[in-house]
Amino acid sequence: MMHTDEIPLSTTAERQAVAAETGTAPEKDWVIVTRGLKRDYDMGGEVVHALRGVDIAIRRNEYVAIMGPSGSGKSTLMNLIGCLDTPNAGEYWLAGELVSDKDEDELARVRNREIGFVFQTFNLLPRATALHNVELPLVYAGVSADERKKRATEALERVQLGDRVHHKPNELSGGQRQRVAIARALVNQPAILLADEPTGNLDSTTSEEIMRVFEGLAEQGQTVIMVTHEPDIAAHARRVIVLRDGLISSDDKRATFIKSAGIAPPDLSKK
Amino acid sequence: MPFVEAVWLALAQIRVQKLKSFFTLLGVCIGVMFLIAVISIVQGMSSYMENEFAAKLLGVNTFTLRRFPWFGDGAGSEEEWRAWLRRPRVYHSDLALVQSVLPPGSRVAVESQDFLQAQTQFARPKQVEGHAVDGDYFTIKKYDINRGRAFTTQESTLGVPVVVIGDEVAKYFFPDLDPIGRPLRIKGTPYTVIGVLEKQGSVFGLSLDRVAIAPYNSPMHHFTNPRGDVDGIMVQTPTSLLLTEAMESVREVMRGRRHLRPGQPDNFFMETSESALAFMDKLKKVMTMAGTAFPAIGLIVGGLVIMNIMLVAVAERTREIGIRKSLGARKRDIMRQFLVEAATLSTLGAIIGILLGITIAKVIEWKTPLPAAIAPWSIVMATLLGTVVGIISGVYPAKRAAALDPIEALRKE
Repeated sequence: MMHTDEIPLSTTAERQAVAAETGTAPEKDWVIVTRGLKRDYDMGGEVVHALRGVDIAIRRNEYVAIMGPSGSGKSTLMNLIGCLDTPNAGEYWLAGELVSDKDEDELARVRNREIGFVFQTFNLLPRATALHNVELPLVYAGVSADERKKRATEALERVQLGDRVHHKPNELSGGQRQRVAIARALVNQPAILLADEPTGNLDSTTSEEIMRVFEGLAEQGQTVIMVTHEPDIAAHARRVIVLRDGLISSDDKRATFIKSAGIAPPDLSKK
Repeated sequence: MPFVEAVWLALAQIRVQKLKSFFTLLGVCIGVMFLIAVISIVQGMSSYMENEFAAKLLGVNTFTLRRFPWFGDGAGSEEEWRAWLRRPRVYHSDLALVQSVLPPGSRVAVESQDFLQAQTQFARPKQVEGHAVDGDYFTIKKYDINRGRAFTTQESTLGVPVVVIGDEVAKYFFPDLDPIGRPLRIKGTPYTVIGVLEKQGSVFGLSLDRVAIAPYNSPMHHFTNPRGDVDGIMVQTPTSLLLTEAMESVREVMRGRRHLRPGQPDNFFMETSESALAFMDKLKKVMTMAGTAFPAIGLIVGGLVIMNIMLVAVAERTREIGIRKSLGARKRDIMRQFLVEAATLSTLGAIIGILLGITIAKVIEWKTPLPAAIAPWSIVMATLLGTVVGIISGVYPAKRAAALDPIEALRKE
């Protein structure tokens, strides 16, 4: 069963064309465009080049994995894409907006409206119920209490947690917690779902469960970007970008990635 | 994040950490408690002075012409006191002159008083407060006659030995008897009791019901002021505006009568409730200052405790701050969250302090003769004070929280 055919991927030529047009806003269809993205860190007098000029173009509805060993710069890239950090050089366009030169408060607004985070450690507020956790982004978006409750409940139902809304994180299993986090990420209808090692704290069965949730979301048209160091997990995405030493070393379709990585294709059948 | 949201969040936080929150707000609580208690008692004393003391002893729209002030903080020095004693006395003969310059509708009375020995066949001899009075004394003093009557103009003019006695005098000298028509011997002279006053109560524990009031022309004035002088000439005007006017006229004629040259000070005193209360105001200021110094220290310490606890809270909740920031909280949202939390804690402390303070004031009122009046403004002020202390002590921790880098904060265990 080949899902890749159902949703068209951007072609390498298209991506290169978009990435080359420095200084101009990409077409609305391109959710993420980075041009010559650089990020340096000053580690006690020694400058570390974490990213040395990264060009990425991701079209709406794509399901992309960003792979790379530790130290490859994938965490730095994830922080930049997530608007938690700003680049030293280069452009970053998110949903048609140039976010690389925005200030802190504007970035907070972008995180609130355009990005849904899913973290390895779930990052739920331990003392708040699932419902309240999911409501949080809406609180900062200034949505009224009634509307918040309605939308948060809907989001939890979307991840099959409609019967767990009043449970606190410690009353939920790992998989359920991660699904609460996914509901929270989706509740504000962001442009991208940005997952950082989403299965890092889960066993393999639960990992598969979460991957099926992602697959379902991608099929419904949600742009998903997943950062991982596990090839098996990356292989669930339709496109895999591999980073090495702060540069993109490959950017391929799933099939090509699976072949070159020499791993077994994931079981994408729905259970 | 809307304000209400932040308050709910703060309350939830307080609920989760009850014991810690309790200790956090203890300082503010104690500070506010003492503040409320002190203000209540000072207020109570002063309204007591104004309503009870001033009205009962001095009367409304009333002044008393005297040799020197009776109520107040006394002479400033030994010399002043001696100068007061060298002043000429006020005599009954001054009454006609004073009366001649008063605005229409005014009332006057002379008063001459001292403690005098009294006795009946029913009780052992005892001192009573003898008052030799005439004019509108009963009206000015607002004395209501419970039983019997006041003396008539005729009795007053003729100096008939009749007496109107206070409640306590009646009960002591005529136990279980109707005193009306019975004789009461004062300094050997028998007076016929014609009236009993309504119970007056007491001022600072001094009973106002130990009086025996007789006409000025009766033999009593020989005992109260043997030199023929009086203790005071009381004047009551219909309005407070006329009071100042009357005082000016009386000052003028008295200075004339005593041949005072311009520039020479008055050698008499016109005592009003204000002049008596001026001293109370001084006392009130000192008490308020002394009484608020201690609570102020409490509030400062309370503020420091809150700041410290909030700094700990920021450190403990770094990850939460990171999560909130990643979900779109701006600096000002985080800032507000912690400010509101500090302010809520502190206001809560203030509210508990107010309740405790009121309780203390009530207990003091109940156990001692000191009255307590809870001033509404002091409650509002204490609440605001609590909020302000919270906000001030929350600023620094809230700024630290708001300035946290989201990536660092999310990484924190």
